[in-house]
Amino acid sequence: MMMREVAVIGIGITKFGELWDYSFRQIGIQAGLEAVYDANLSGSEIDAMYVGNMSSGRFIDQHHVGALIADYSGMASNHIPSTRIEAAGASGSLALHQGVMAVASGTHDIVVVGGAEKMTDVSEEASNFILNSAADQQWESLMGATFASLHAMIACRYIREGYATREQIAQVAVKNHLHGSLNPKAQFQKPIRLETVLRASMVAEPLTMFDCSPISDGAAAVVLCPMEMAHEYTDKPIKVLGIGQASDTLALYQRDDICTFPATKVAAQKAYEMAGLEPRDIDVVEVNDDYTISELLALEDLGFYQRGEAGKAVEFGETEIGGSLPVNTSGGLKARGNPIGATGVAQIVEIVTQLRGDAERRQVKEAEIGMAHNVGGTGSTVAVTILGVA
Amino acid sequence: MPVARFWRDIPSRYNLYGSRCGSCGKIYFPTRHICPECRRSSIGRMESYRLSGKGKVYSYSVVHEAPPQLAVLKPYVVAIVEMDEGVRVTGQLVDVDAEKIDIGMRVEAVLRKIGDEGPSGVIHYGFKFAPVPD
Repeated sequence: MMMREVAVIGIGITKFGELWDYSFRQIGIQAGLEAVYDANLSGSEIDAMYVGNMSSGRFIDQHHVGALIADYSGMASNHIPSTRIEAAGASGSLALHQGVMAVASGTHDIVVVGGAEKMTDVSEEASNFILNSAADQQWESLMGATFASLHAMIACRYIREGYATREQIAQVAVKNHLHGSLNPKAQFQKPIRLETVLRASMVAEPLTMFDCSPISDGAAAVVLCPMEMAHEYTDKPIKVLGIGQASDTLALYQRDDICTFPATKVAAQKAYEMAGLEPRDIDVVEVNDDYTISELLALEDLGFYQRGEAGKAVEFGETEIGGSLPVNTSGGLKARGNPIGATGVAQIVEIVTQLRGDAERRQVKEAEIGMAHNVGGTGSTVAVTILGVA
Repeated sequence: MPVARFWRDIPSRYNLYGSRCGSCGKIYFPTRHICPECRRSSIGRMESYRLSGKGKVYSYSVVHEAPPQLAVLKPYVVAIVEMDEGVRVTGQLVDVDAEKIDIGMRVEAVLRKIGDEGPSGVIHYGFKFAPVPD
């Protein structure tokens, strides 16, 4: 149980995409400063920083990015603690949860949580090779399994079990590109057609290029503080209602059933319990659509749909903005982009934007409670966060 | 991959050695030193166990985009194989027409080259899977 209630009082996010003109430290600072300005901080109030990042060591040959980001944010002379967190695709959410716990425990008052990844300083092949290391490097990647092919095997089995059709899986990309077209920060801002997904070049059958989230650069940041202090900084604090984190086998093949991520169920249950809420209470959700198939698993494992129902829900438009449960209003990992370490924090930025009512063309009406679901590997680490209007 | 790192795993890579829990009998691949079911009572009781190499396809994918060191194989098939002992293993599926692969297809482990350290470097061998007649 939380000792202190925690609020998000500032958010910042860079444009996501192939940001050739900007370095890792530049995008990290840009997102962080935007969040600090948004929270009306001068900077000297900041007590600690947490940075979510998967693989700066291999993408830009730079480890030790906790100190780097603190230094270039102008915090070196304050000597604040700054910690880098890694859990592959879930790095950003885990950084957020560390920040939440630090504030809740009373250890720190004002905490900046950032997430950043600079992926395009290496070739696309090298980038994909680095991403494969989110799986079991020894017993999956080295055996020839790419990260995409692991999700393709999930899709193969999912289709065979009759849980969804190939077209329903592909429809996730169509929906998320539609949402991305409404988000000025998204990497892709053009709607696509179902045929485009189905006929695109094959990555790992049955998944094509349009079933896969892109290689992206980007950063996002949020500022946290105790709820009791939040109104000193903002008129629209967003409260952290619940957090949950869970792990599972590193390798996909060691699961009994690959059409579900048990860690999602466990993390969600913890978050629901802490918040005292149920799936039907959620107005808007960002889920980890690193691949189209992943979104269907997420919607079922988070308790929004029974198994085999998520594909139909996407097909019938229930998960579009204006539907009964808008999913990935930002465009998701698919269209907003997926700079790995930034993704979990970007999800929080989107949910806060929705709950503040600042989402403009993609605003979900009367959104008061939102959820973010962030995955590392093939469901090996999952973090779920529930936020609400304070 | 450095030679020593590969070399340490040779029993598992060449001969599919995993572990059997001396407490509950459950089989794992690769080697585990603690049984996730029995935990403390399994410590010191995990036995080396060689899989038969026979099993069936649980799921698969034809890979079209591959890392540079596997690019020469494109397109190739990767599969999760359910071994007759119940444990599953990930590996490539070879000597098969991709169109004829299906979930449930009988396969067996074969020793193949799985990678190398460059044109004049060490060659890494390990298991892949090939179909067996019914």
